[in-house]
Amino acid sequence: MNFYLLTILKAIIIIFVLLTLCAYLVWIERKVLAHIQLRPGPYRVGPHGLLQPLSDLVKLITKEGIMPASANKVFYVLGPFLAVATALMSISVIPFGPEVEIFGVKTYMGLADLNASVLLILAIGSLGVYGIAIGGWASNSKYALLGGLRSSAQMISYELPMALAIVAPLLIVNTLSFREMVTAQSGYWLGFIPKWNVFAGPFPQIFSFLFFLTAAFAETNRVPFDLPEAENELVAGFHTEYSSVNFAAFFTAEYSNIVTVCCVATLLFLGGWTPLWPAAYGSDFVPSLVFLAAAAMLLYHATQPLRFWDKYSYPVFGVIALVLAGAFQIPLLKPILIPLFWFAAKVLFLIFIFIWIRGTLPRFRYDQLMKFAWTFLFPVALVNLLITGLLVAIT
Amino acid sequence: MDGLIFLTCAFIAVACAINLVLQTHPISSAISLVGVMVSLAVLYLLLGGEFIGMAQLIVYAGAIMVLFVFVIMLLNAGAERKYKRSVWATVLGVPLLLGLLGLVSYFIHSRVPATDSVQFGAWTGGSARDVGRVLFSTYLLPFEVTSILILIAIVGAVVLAQKEFD
Repeated sequence: MNFYLLTILKAIIIIFVLLTLCAYLVWIERKVLAHIQLRPGPYRVGPHGLLQPLSDLVKLITKEGIMPASANKVFYVLGPFLAVATALMSISVIPFGPEVEIFGVKTYMGLADLNASVLLILAIGSLGVYGIAIGGWASNSKYALLGGLRSSAQMISYELPMALAIVAPLLIVNTLSFREMVTAQSGYWLGFIPKWNVFAGPFPQIFSFLFFLTAAFAETNRVPFDLPEAENELVAGFHTEYSSVNFAAFFTAEYSNIVTVCCVATLLFLGGWTPLWPAAYGSDFVPSLVFLAAAAMLLYHATQPLRFWDKYSYPVFGVIALVLAGAFQIPLLKPILIPLFWFAAKVLFLIFIFIWIRGTLPRFRYDQLMKFAWTFLFPVALVNLLITGLLVAIT
Repeated sequence: MDGLIFLTCAFIAVACAINLVLQTHPISSAISLVGVMVSLAVLYLLLGGEFIGMAQLIVYAGAIMVLFVFVIMLLNAGAERKYKRSVWATVLGVPLLLGLLGLVSYFIHSRVPATDSVQFGAWTGGSARDVGRVLFSTYLLPFEVTSILILIAIVGAVVLAQKEFD
C-alpha cells in the first residue's frame, strides 16, 4: 500500500511541475524571443507578464471548441488525446535525482526505474507521431493533411540519426537504465573535469550530442525544422482546424516533448544531476550564490521603484529568493535540492538553446530537410558510432 | 495485479483485432492494428521480455505502422466498398472459421500441459544484454542471414524505384 501511495504522490507532484513548466515555457519562450528581437515581450498581465500563462489557459478553455462539419469525429478527438498522452507518458521514466530519504522513507526521485528506460523513451516517442498524423488527417483539410504528412515523414527520417546518436554514449556507459547511466558518469578526470559523456574517453561524445540535439529539433517540430506548421505555406499545419482545449492539448504535447528531450539529453550526455565541478571545490554553494545574487538584485531595484507595483513585487520576490538561497544549505533538504538544482539548470539551459535557435535560424525548405537527414546526418552519425564502437572495443 | 493487467491488455488486443477486421475504413483498421501491437508489447513486458516488448513498440507500432498510416493518408484511400459475395462464403464462412479456431485451440491444449500456469515475473532472461548475447552466440548464423535478407530487400526496392524514374 505504501508503495502505491508513494507512487501516486510522486506522480501528482511530477505532473503538476511538468504542466506548470509547460505553461511557463510559453512565457519564457515569448520573453526570450522578445529580448532577442529587442522587444519587452508579454508585460500587461501581472508583473513582467508572469500571469500570462494563466490568462492564456483561461482563454483557451473558455473558447468555443469547433468541430469541422466534414471532419472524422472519432479521430478528430483521438488525435490531440494521443499526442498529449504519449508526450506526458515518457516523463515517467526520467529520474530527477539520486535516492533520497524523506522522513525515514527511502525513495528514488522519479516515477519508474526501468532496465530499458532509453528504449521506452524511443518507443513512446515513435508513437507520438500518431497524434499529429491522425489529427491532421481527421480535420479533412488540405493544410492540416499536408502538415500531418510532413510531420510523419520528418519523424520517421530523424528517428534513425537520433537512435544512432543515442547508441554511441550507451556503448560507453554500458547500460540502458538512466540511473546507472548517471552513476557511470559521476566522478572526475584529474580531479575537476566531470566524466560526462560529452567529455568521456575513449571518444568524447560531443558529436553525438550535437546530432542528438539536431534530431531532437526535428522530432519536436521546432525551428529550423518546423515544416509541419510552416505558417506561410500551411496556415498552421496539422492543427489548423483545432481550437479550444484540443488545440491546448497539441500545444502541451509539444512543450512537454521539449522538456522530455532536454531531460534525456541531460541524462545521456551531460551527466544528469552530477555537478559541474566537485563538491570539494564548493559546487554545493553555487545554487545559494545564484539565488543570493537574484535576491540582491531584486532588493536593490525595490529601493528605486519605476512603476507603482514595483515597491510591493520586488521585495516579495527578493525575500522568496533569499529563503530559497537559505534552503539549499539546510542539512535536511540539501541532498534533495542540490542534485535537483544541477539537473534543472542543465535542462533549462538546453531549453534556452532551443529558444535561442528559434530566434536565430530561418526555416529549412522541405527537400533540404530530407536531404540533410539522409545524406549528411545519418552517415555522419553512423561513422561516429563506428569510431566509438572501435575505441570502446579496443580499451 | 499482474493478472488484472494481463486481462485488460488481452481484452484490448482481442477487441482491437476484431475491430480491425470489422472496420471499413483503412485508417480505422490501421489504428486498431496499432492498438493490437501496443497491447502485445505490454503482454511481452508482463512475461519479462522487456527488450522484445520495447522492440515491438519501436519497430511494429512505431516504424512499420506509421509507414502504413502514412501511405494510406498519402493515397487518400477511401472506405471499403462492398461487392456481392458468393453464397458459399456467406453460408460457410462463420462455421469454417469456428472449426479452424477449435482445431487450433485443441492442438495447443493437447501439446501444452495445462497443469503449470504462467508465472508473471518468474523469467528474467529478457533484458537487452541477454537477448544480445544469445543473438550473437547461439543464433549468430540466422541473425546474419536475416540481415542479408533485409539488405537484399532494400537493394531490390531501390532497383525497382530506379526503373520508374528512368
